Amino acid sequence: MISINVNGKDHRVDVPPDTSLLWVIRDELKLTGTKFGCGVGECGSCTVHIDGKAKRSCTVSVGEVGSAKITTIEGLSEDHPVKKAWIEEQVVQCGYCQPGIMMETASLLAESPKPDADKIIGSLDDMICRCGTHPRIKKGIRKAIKIMAKEGR
Amino acid sequence: MTTSFSRREFLIGSLAASGLTIIATVTPAGVKLANASDTKGEISGLQPTAYFVVTPDDVVKVMVPSSEMGQGIRTTLPMIVADELEADWAKIEVLQAPAGDAFKSPILKTQLTVGSASIRGWYMPLRKAGAAGRAMLIEAAAKKLNVPASECVAEKGIVRHEKSKKSLTYGQLATEAAKLPVPQDPPLKKASDFRYIGGFVPRVDIPEKVSGKAVFGYDVDLPSLHYAVLARPPAYGAKAESFDEKAATAVDGVIKVVQTPFGIAVCAKSTAAALKGREALNAKWGPGSHPDLDTASLEKDLRDGLNKPGANALTKGEPKKALEKAKKVLEASYYIPCVAHATMEPMNFTAYVQKDRCDLWGPTQAQTLTQGVAAQVSGLPLEKVFVNTTLLGCGLGRRARPDFVIEAIIASKALGKPVKVLWSREEDIRHDFFRAPMAHQIKAGLDDKGNLIAWAHKTATISILKGFGETPKDGIDGFALLGLVDSDDSPTRSPFAYGIPNFSVDLVLSDLPVPVTPWRSVQNAPNAFATESFMDELAHLAKKDPVEFRLSVLKDNKRVTRVLETLAKNSNWGKPLPNGSGRGIAHHYCFGTSIAEVAEVFVEKDGTVKVHRVDVAVDCGPAVNPDALKAQIEGAVIMALSTALFEEVQFAKGGVSSENFGDYRIIRMSEVPEINVHIIKTDADAPLGGIGEPGVTPLAPAVANAVFNATGKRLRRMPLKL
Repeated sequence: MISINVNGKDHRVDVPPDTSLLWVIRDELKLTGTKFGCGVGECGSCTVHIDGKAKRSCTVSVGEVGSAKITTIEGLSEDHPVKKAWIEEQVVQCGYCQPGIMMETASLLAESPKPDADKIIGSLDDMICRCGTHPRIKKGIRKAIKIMAKEGR
Repeated sequence: MTTSFSRREFLIGSLAASGLTIIATVTPAGVKLANASDTKGEISGLQPTAYFVVTPDDVVKVMVPSSEMGQGIRTTLPMIVADELEADWAKIEVLQAPAGDAFKSPILKTQLTVGSASIRGWYMPLRKAGAAGRAMLIEAAAKKLNVPASECVAEKGIVRHEKSKKSLTYGQLATEAAKLPVPQDPPLKKASDFRYIGGFVPRVDIPEKVSGKAVFGYDVDLPSLHYAVLARPPAYGAKAESFDEKAATAVDGVIKVVQTPFGIAVCAKSTAAALKGREALNAKWGPGSHPDLDTASLEKDLRDGLNKPGANALTKGEPKKALEKAKKVLEASYYIPCVAHATMEPMNFTAYVQKDRCDLWGPTQAQTLTQGVAAQVSGLPLEKVFVNTTLLGCGLGRRARPDFVIEAIIASKALGKPVKVLWSREEDIRHDFFRAPMAHQIKAGLDDKGNLIAWAHKTATISILKGFGETPKDGIDGFALLGLVDSDDSPTRSPFAYGIPNFSVDLVLSDLPVPVTPWRSVQNAPNAFATESFMDELAHLAKKDPVEFRLSVLKDNKRVTRVLETLAKNSNWGKPLPNGSGRGIAHHYCFGTSIAEVAEVFVEKDGTVKVHRVDVAVDCGPAVNPDALKAQIEGAVIMALSTALFEEVQFAKGGVSSENFGDYRIIRMSEVPEINVHIIKTDADAPLGGIGEPGVTPLAPAVANAVFNATGKRLRRMPLKL
């Protein structure tokens, strides 16, 4: 049995410690908002927060996590500026990559609330979106920054 | 935190999250809707057609026959119904339709989301359905209030009688209205009265996608669900020489090893166990049918094909004679390699085959086909096969194939349990059915005034039709010829846009075993790369501006002329650019839509091509959902740019050697240009063109033409490399 803390709750899962965190989150905890895209950390669809930092859960084994706090897209509050902005700007098409991109964005904005264009592109440049929502992702981020400033976050 | 849906609850799937409580089943009488908690009774209410029901509790439930793969169809089709019905959008609930005759595409005659056919096919039938409902509700109100129907007005879910100031909600009228005959030719709204069509309606699928609760095929969960992954042959035609079934089943959690026509399935209690089991299986494969096939030999085969006679698909006038008479003759060849669909959600499907029924859940673009193959493979009658379409993490044409469905059915049948087959990214790329690679050769002639008088075109490719199990009649595969040889009356509406008096197209089909299938726009995009690059070459030969030259060839095609003129006006066409920069234009007509794009590029000293800006002008008839339309064009431009600059599937030793996103390069945020979309305003009654695919078609040639404009170098092979 391995203990992990996901979205503020402690869970005990009966899996070998080398099991990837992604499959534990999806299959054991049934939190399927975190997506499998490539399995090798190339696309970013499986991005979660580990102690607030964006990490690709497909490349992390559950045994490595220890007492770190994990947040998935389901754990990001429904009124989070990124979630609100994504709806307001109608960013999403198929939506499969978006949880990962939103988690990456949320982590970026938590660290640097007013990133410049280069910083935004730099931190999202290795996230893959096949639908081509990039122009709207950029709009979504700008909107999230505005919402954060307005809400005094 | 475990959410375990019961099977019945799952039938409503992700819709449950938005508060819906109905399930749908198809019966010979059509679609019946029933409350999930009380399946004994059908919902009473007004249901003049299969596409919606107005319930006595004042909700309008709209059935969407098309698969939602990002194009926003779960919003756009209900907008059409709601508008003619005069429903209140706040009271609309959207349901994914099951497989059923009523849901077959009016254009494609099968339930299939391809060919940019959803809106252009469903627009009139759904308007008529909505209008019939509105007329019946008005009639019912008139009866109830004992006033003439002509004095009643329907507005946002309420019928009002102005004189008496009385009004009734649709919910209050639904039961009465249901007793009335369904008008066969109800009066439709005038375009100026549209409430939702042509306006902005937020997409209904976005909130659940943003919350992380949306259910894609990969996310399907059922009680006692098992998971399967397959060991697949690395080369085409390769047979398994050995595998260690014992070692695989010895892995904790692995239940069974099952043979399928596509590979060896390792079935387990969890994904992680199935993956470990597949490793332990250690399958070894023979060399396959074409061990020498690699990237270079594929290209050589197709380029050599251009020297073969081929089948004549079309001859107009006398191109040979005209070429002899021409003042100037130009000849060029082009090559477009295989590209992968690489949908963000890898292939997957879930099946539960029981003695008396087969339930399916997953991301499919092809409900009719899925139901048909499931009946065959499971041995059950068609009406015992239930197709539940989840959200699709991209479709792009790949999910119109049934291979992954068959795997899931075989595995479930063998296990007697519900089984979800999951593909890795490596499998998804290596076992894709690719966009068919193409070699093109075009020879054209100009008269002494620089007029284009002859065009002789030959293309060599791999047959998509053969991949569907059909034999190309007289060597002709219509998929290969889209945008070159087609008619505006066909379901694909992709004729060549230019009227050239002497014109011929010949087709050579290769025998190589590389599997191919439609990829967003089918062969329209590769054909447009050849035709629109060559148009640019001809314009320079004729010493004419590329826009002017095209307009001269178009002659009286007013629709395309307007698109090109609008684009030239809005894209800084003809304005000076700094050194190293260039602009290129291309146009293509497909799925009834005329679309042109201007790319503005900068070529760096090391030859890297950067695309800064893309302007688009599009005429697809009246825009039903302009914001979704814009999103489709933006996405199409970006996907096409990815193929123009980066994508090529690599082959080696008789199979695919590309593995994952590390070596199958897809466009990144920093490479995405500014995109401006100009939607041409048309008459309200102009025929609708498709919008999901056309956006990809002119982009690659526009970029190649821009590179020529910037550097004087003509790039005739994709991906474009200097």
